[in-house]
Amino acid sequence: MRTRPDLIEHLPRLRRYARALTGDINRADDLVQDTLERALAKLDLWQPGSDLRAWLFTLMHNLFVNQIRIKRPQETVMEEALDEPVSGGQMEALAARDIHAALARLPEEQREVLLLVGLEQFGYAEAAQVLGVPTGTVMSRLSRARERMRQMLAGEPAVKLKLVI
Amino acid sequence: MTDVHEHELHAYVDGTLPEARRLEVEAWLAAHPADAARVQDWIGQNQSLHAAFDSVLNEPLPLNLVRATRRPALPVPFKAMAATLAMLVTGLIGYAIGLGSPGQGPAPVYLARDAAIAHAVFSPEARHPVEVDAAHADHLVAWLSKRVGTQLQAPDFSAQGFELLGGRLLTGETGPVAQFMYQDKIERRVTLYVRRAVADNKETTFRHATENGVDVFYWIDGDFGYALSGQIGRQAIQKLADAAYAQLVTR
Repeated sequence: MRTRPDLIEHLPRLRRYARALTGDINRADDLVQDTLERALAKLDLWQPGSDLRAWLFTLMHNLFVNQIRIKRPQETVMEEALDEPVSGGQMEALAARDIHAALARLPEEQREVLLLVGLEQFGYAEAAQVLGVPTGTVMSRLSRARERMRQMLAGEPAVKLKLVI
Repeated sequence: MTDVHEHELHAYVDGTLPEARRLEVEAWLAAHPADAARVQDWIGQNQSLHAAFDSVLNEPLPLNLVRATRRPALPVPFKAMAATLAMLVTGLIGYAIGLGSPGQGPAPVYLARDAAIAHAVFSPEARHPVEVDAAHADHLVAWLSKRVGTQLQAPDFSAQGFELLGGRLLTGETGPVAQFMYQDKIERRVTLYVRRAVADNKETTFRHATENGVDVFYWIDGDFGYALSGQIGRQAIQKLADAAYAQLVTR
């Protein structure tokens, strides 16, 4: 029997991504748990030497997409609210409520790309692999996501953080 | 200068441009304020994402998730039960991943164990082991100092062959924790873990612990606990710990 890779070191990052993706700690950890269970069940399909982290994120993406497909009807209302014109005052209120609100308003496919690249620091080609789309699609989604975030967060000073990258 | 494409602006933000092109894009941005403003906002977005979600990395891991990394898929009723269990305290993570038993020994033992866990979680990361890299060492030290609540210093291990990679902010039982990471030429890594000591900690001289193969040298100085962790052999890590101690301990 070959040695099984240890998944625990990937847990913190899977949880971070899931938290940002779903915006909800319980939903996020359920998603992580489902991902781990699927990973253990399918571990024989993983190629030793290939990127285990990317593979785990791929599994999570597939599970997330399935969830959205099931939930979609309930979320239509929120999607519509997105396109309402927003006054300057409301914009500021949104900025103050911080990045969580803006993320929640992004379409899921854009949110995934923004998070994989901007938070999880996947390369564009790696993100494309995780999402099962061409790299060009990753680029166009990233571009739309960042512009949309920019509109939603307009008015907020771009850099008010001590973090540097 | 050739025109800069939209995707290159993103690549600039994400740090994936070759150096020569990066400089050209920088020059382009200096001459194109509208693009520069967008790029600045995008960088701000990345920073906001890290500020909002990086704390998740050091949250105590829920017991059901730790178990899920180790066992075949659980039957549904058990899964439901496991999901209702309370969040795991940090000590139990150590237990779950085999780093000794919780609930025993004086507080500094927790320091060693928690440092070893943080080392085990973050040092294998190939692409982004740190939140803030060493190129921004001044910012790194100032930022971590502010969050941890004391003037920190990243010790210099160049004489021992280790260079600063950077650092990250973690959360621990006693508040924020700073972790500095170093790497040598053959990419072996050591981490220095600094946090506020629990109230009744006595100052200690050096102590050594081995936690699941990770050597930890730790000490308390004033209100703060320090722990240096690595898997480079006890002698080697002790030399580094000696150097750190000499540089850090309050004069």
